[in-house]
Amino acid sequence: MAKKLMKGNEAIGEAAIRAGSKYYFAYPITPQTEVAEYLARRLPEVDGVFLQAESELGASNMIFGAASSGKRVFTSSSSPGISLMSEALSYITCAELPCVFINVCRAGPGLGGILPSQGDYMQATHASGHGDFHLLVLAPSTVQEAVEHMMQAFDLADKYRNPVMIFADGLIGQMMEPVDFDAVKVGKPADHSDWATTGAKGRAPHIVKTLYLNPLDNEKHNHHLAEKYARMDKAEQRSEMYGGLGKPELLITAFGTSARVCKTAVDMLNAEGIDVALFRPISLYPFPKVALAKEAGKAHVKQLLSVEMSSGQMIEDVRLYTKDAKPVHFFGRHGGIVPSPEEVVDAIRKILPKKKAAAKK
Amino acid sequence: MPLVTIKPEVCKGCELCVQACPQEIITMADTINTKGYFYAKVFDQPRCIGCRLCAITCPDVAIDVQVNAVQYQYFPY
Amino acid sequence: MAQHTIFCRPESMTDATTHYCPGCTHGIIHRMVAESLDELGLREKACGVAPVGCSVLAYNYFNCDFLEAAHGRAPAFAVGLKRVSPEMTVFTYQGDGDLASIGTNEILHAANRGEKITVIFVNNAIYGMTGGQMAPTTLPGQITTTSPTGRDVNTAGWPIRMRELLSTLRTPAYIARGSSHSPQWVIRTKQYIKKAFEYQEANRCFSLIEVLSTCPTNWGMTPTESTKWLADNMIPYYPLGELKTPDEDDALVGKMLG
Repeated sequence: MAKKLMKGNEAIGEAAIRAGSKYYFAYPITPQTEVAEYLARRLPEVDGVFLQAESELGASNMIFGAASSGKRVFTSSSSPGISLMSEALSYITCAELPCVFINVCRAGPGLGGILPSQGDYMQATHASGHGDFHLLVLAPSTVQEAVEHMMQAFDLADKYRNPVMIFADGLIGQMMEPVDFDAVKVGKPADHSDWATTGAKGRAPHIVKTLYLNPLDNEKHNHHLAEKYARMDKAEQRSEMYGGLGKPELLITAFGTSARVCKTAVDMLNAEGIDVALFRPISLYPFPKVALAKEAGKAHVKQLLSVEMSSGQMIEDVRLYTKDAKPVHFFGRHGGIVPSPEEVVDAIRKILPKKKAAAKK
Repeated sequence: MPLVTIKPEVCKGCELCVQACPQEIITMADTINTKGYFYAKVFDQPRCIGCRLCAITCPDVAIDVQVNAVQYQYFPY
Repeated sequence: MAQHTIFCRPESMTDATTHYCPGCTHGIIHRMVAESLDELGLREKACGVAPVGCSVLAYNYFNCDFLEAAHGRAPAFAVGLKRVSPEMTVFTYQGDGDLASIGTNEILHAANRGEKITVIFVNNAIYGMTGGQMAPTTLPGQITTTSPTGRDVNTAGWPIRMRELLSTLRTPAYIARGSSHSPQWVIRTKQYIKKAFEYQEANRCFSLIEVLSTCPTNWGMTPTESTKWLADNMIPYYPLGELKTPDEDDALVGKMLG
């Protein structure tokens, strides 16, 4: 199919429909309201359900009810809204209900700002709500990748019976890029009739619950969830290497929008003969620890630089999974400011040994 | 003659049926069930009029009611 | 002479002995819902939603699909399921702490959107599961573990009448208040509950039945004393009966729009 120029938010909405989901419950919040506005027009065309809930809290709890039917359902919001959804995320994950949440991240904390940010990294990957649970988190850095992640998300949600979060940001949501919806093959929706609440006709009642008063049952359920995350960790680590002249001495780690900026920075430095490369996590959970350890472990890599639109959150995972073997520096802008390639280049020049860093006259 | 069956093991001894019976023919047994409750029992079955108020007010569905003749139903339930 | 059973456990109810305290009228209300499901033939396409509260374990007592909801969120759960599976009969079974306190926003908007679900709202003027705290429906002067000197309306406000509150919404709905404290009122409340499910079946409107209920344990009374306390204290403040029906609303529209 020919490419179509689309705004990120709208492309994400369309991608969900292409992936066979016709049920969307959400609440307006900048910078992702266009997802809802687009779907308000589009979903009726496909016999779908568009419901603007009373709040993000309401919307996320509607997702629990809707997902209990076994059908493909999704919602989207932005940082403050995702905070309101955290209780439901804990319940949904405990109840093992497949669904998709999109966070078009904006500057925080508090009301923060409406411009792009990556300040929800820890929330998405480590603490989406109370209790031991994880979302499978994918971080696109282009509108096309957001579409592809969105279309894969429902298959992944079915595969693990677990919510999947698309971690975009205000830039990806608001900008327009050409997209091709046929680039991704979508699986057939899984059959959930063995647990879904479709009416106890000719079978025993299905109960979707999360209360385990007996501690042994509770522990058993937590072991079951932990086993699922171990499977996820083994099969779903995704990342990409970019740039470098063969033996990069500095490895940048960055995801999403900041990774785009770093690719330009890498190009600029490589053009000057400075050998730096970018390691881009695509899955934030499970964190691509195997690939990072391999790349960062190479002898020629002397140090790392984590570039984030936050005060530095992914850097903790970078240090953890490289075991702090080499110095890991940080460069970040937040408040909604997207760093420029030049800023990243300057940050790298400051880190590199003096003689190497001098800009070619 | 209507037959009211109170299942001793299901009864929690709350006495609501005793209060509800217009014929006042239900009392609490003097022995306890396995849960330790004095259960309710009908002590004058022949005077039962099959009105079902005891069963209707029982919170634990411990009471079944049967009749053996064409029965005038005082009210739909 | 063949014996005809004229009263027995409804099929939509399991054989499990409930965990409810002796004399707690939750059991009666469960049975009325189950009887309505049986009589309308809805068991096999029904799904209940029970949030946190004494009745969070309701799924052990019903013979139909069930969701266990977070505190106050049952209406949103029910809306989510009903919207994607409109052919199903979806109902919530909520307590007063759940619906009238933490869940107020969800029930208000579910009612205002006219969601075609049925809400069974059990009002026993107290938080039962957590051991007897003051609820939004606790009566003035009523002593609870968090209103030890009796509810002070100057600091805790007056009890909320949910039936009246929701009936001011313009969206058509069937909203009534019944009670489970006496057989007579159980009979009448059963009719309200059954009618609510009939409205849902006809895809006609949102329905909510508030049912006054006793809490002997936390009220500190015997079950029979509790029924008298309910009659003498709760009913004057929470008058019983149907307050809003969809047909009236249509007439009202005619009057308003001329």
